[in-house]
Amino acid sequence: MNSELPLLDVRELKKYFPITQGIILQKEIGAVRAVDEISFFINRGETLGLVGESGCGKTTTGRTIIQLYQPTSGQVFFDGQDLTQLKGSKMRSLRKRMQMIFQDPYASLNPRWTVARIIAEPMHVHKMNQGRSKIERVKELLELVQLNSSYLNRYPHEFSGGQRQRIGIARALASDPDFIVCDEPISALDVSIQAQIVNLLEDLQEQLNLTYLFIAHDLSMVRHICNRVAVMYLGVIVELAERDELYDHALHPYTKALLSAVPIPDPHVTRSRKRIILEGDPPSPANPPSGCRFHPRCSMSESKCEKEEPVWREVSQGHWVKCHLVG
Amino acid sequence: MEHEPILELKDLVVKFHTLDGVVHAVNGVSYSLEEGKTLGVVGESGCGKSVSVLSVMRLILDPPGKIYAGKILLHGKNILEYSEAQMERIRGRQIAMIFQDPMTSLNPVLTIGKQISEGMVIHLGMTVEEANARAVELLNIVGIPNAKDRFSDYPHQFSGGMRQRAMIAMALSCNPEILIADEPTTALDVTIQAQIVELVKRLRDQLGMSAIWITHDLAVVADLADKVVVMYAGYIVEEADVFRLYENPLHPYTNSLLKSLPRVDSSREHERLATIPGSPPTGTKVIAGCPFVPRCNFVIDRCRVENPPLEQVESGHKIACWVDVNNGRQR
Repeated sequence: MNSELPLLDVRELKKYFPITQGIILQKEIGAVRAVDEISFFINRGETLGLVGESGCGKTTTGRTIIQLYQPTSGQVFFDGQDLTQLKGSKMRSLRKRMQMIFQDPYASLNPRWTVARIIAEPMHVHKMNQGRSKIERVKELLELVQLNSSYLNRYPHEFSGGQRQRIGIARALASDPDFIVCDEPISALDVSIQAQIVNLLEDLQEQLNLTYLFIAHDLSMVRHICNRVAVMYLGVIVELAERDELYDHALHPYTKALLSAVPIPDPHVTRSRKRIILEGDPPSPANPPSGCRFHPRCSMSESKCEKEEPVWREVSQGHWVKCHLVG
Repeated sequence: MEHEPILELKDLVVKFHTLDGVVHAVNGVSYSLEEGKTLGVVGESGCGKSVSVLSVMRLILDPPGKIYAGKILLHGKNILEYSEAQMERIRGRQIAMIFQDPMTSLNPVLTIGKQISEGMVIHLGMTVEEANARAVELLNIVGIPNAKDRFSDYPHQFSGGMRQRAMIAMALSCNPEILIADEPTTALDVTIQAQIVELVKRLRDQLGMSAIWITHDLAVVADLADKVVVMYAGYIVEEADVFRLYENPLHPYTNSLLKSLPRVDSSREHERLATIPGSPPTGTKVIAGCPFVPRCNFVIDRCRVENPPLEQVESGHKIACWVDVNNGRQR
């Protein structure tokens, strides 16, 4: 293991979903360009936030990285190895080190399985901790996520939303991963439960030296938990920077609009803030606008933006942006 | 200037009879809405906030639900005594409502235009042509581009934000005095939420409407409410003017909840979020003392035996708590 290298290095990753016509003889008539050439890296022990509106491709990005979807093109280096080229047992041994936490703690746990079986499933798949030690490990994992280890033989319906999310986290930890994709892990939870889960994720990161890709749309929570943040719009990353740099010195007009739309729980501040209201809705990723994808909704847009796609460039140390007009 | 309450809930009690037992959804809730003002009702899922406004519309399905006690006064008249026929003249006409999920609350087999104009034909006695023309006008007002063409679209052809705009157009169609918004932006993205919030603020000011905005999001309420009511386990635990509430939250629940929210405009390096332990109660258990006891950091003996009533502690600021959060002693 080379600790100098970033744990995860994504290069020009693309994922297109075909649009087909016809029932028996399906003809491909186009593609949804869910992820369209994105590059970024995640350092060991770091949390990278991935934010954007629904349909911008953030979930597809997470799933394509851990090879739940076969990428259309591009490379994903995990600990120096290109996942897109690996097959069979080599892939399986790396799979163990990558896990996922899902958004909906109701839909992501099998209602007919006991907690013990749910949490032991990854160990079973990867043939870890065979026999008696499996139960010991499950108990240990339950305690790690601050649940009572006597809950082993209960079923998911006996738990509240926050507790179910803890079970989902315990399952993700079962195979002893280095890297976890957290796909909106708190957005389905009650406000008073969200902080509990965020603190738990932070504690676990410190204890187990985990690396997170934290996918979310709650920009306030992302500011709290992440080290660096990437902003996605319509399949591309438009800006990426250190957390405070991004929130305090955003460059891309979309990032600025997105941040200004977030309400603040303080009536004085939130009422005096100047909001940039974007017109309309994001266009369809099946047919994205020419040039810069944001230009039809951008207040700064010039003729160049319509014709030429901006390049992804580093404008200052660690601050990347995809826009003709800034930096 | 003192505003007359246009709508008043008095000691409302609503229960649901379910297979798991009786759910005590609303346990003696009173709040009032003044003319031209916006009231924010905040709380987590299951706290009774939606049930309280569904009772106002008399939309509680009976069985399993039942309004056991209390009054709902619209201009001083108790609408709980009204017949179904009388209620039909109030719903949509005097009080209109928009819902959380604009997909499930629009009829998928009727055009958007038809759904907006229907209410005007029924309530205002317009002809279909008049109502259709007005519906196009309303779609324009709520900011649907090419309103004339989109009039004959079906809901599935609209995006989430546009559907919510169509719902607002429908709600506005009969010039209601009161608009009730039940989590109208929860299913929407933040940029679309900002559009909808700005739209409702503008329409409210232009048309002089009064509004009740139900949400779990303390940040949205900070933006648009005049007065805020915080609910927990079917009770109101705090009620105050919006500025006062955020400056000086006095109930332990509101106090910890506001502390647990990270902010987009400032970073708190290496600081853990304040948390409230446990989870909200389900409502089937009858609790002797204060319902917040299992999660509260300020519990004194009295809390376990006696549920505190909602009392005024400062001018315009009421809480239901025995303890002073500033020193942890009994008030």
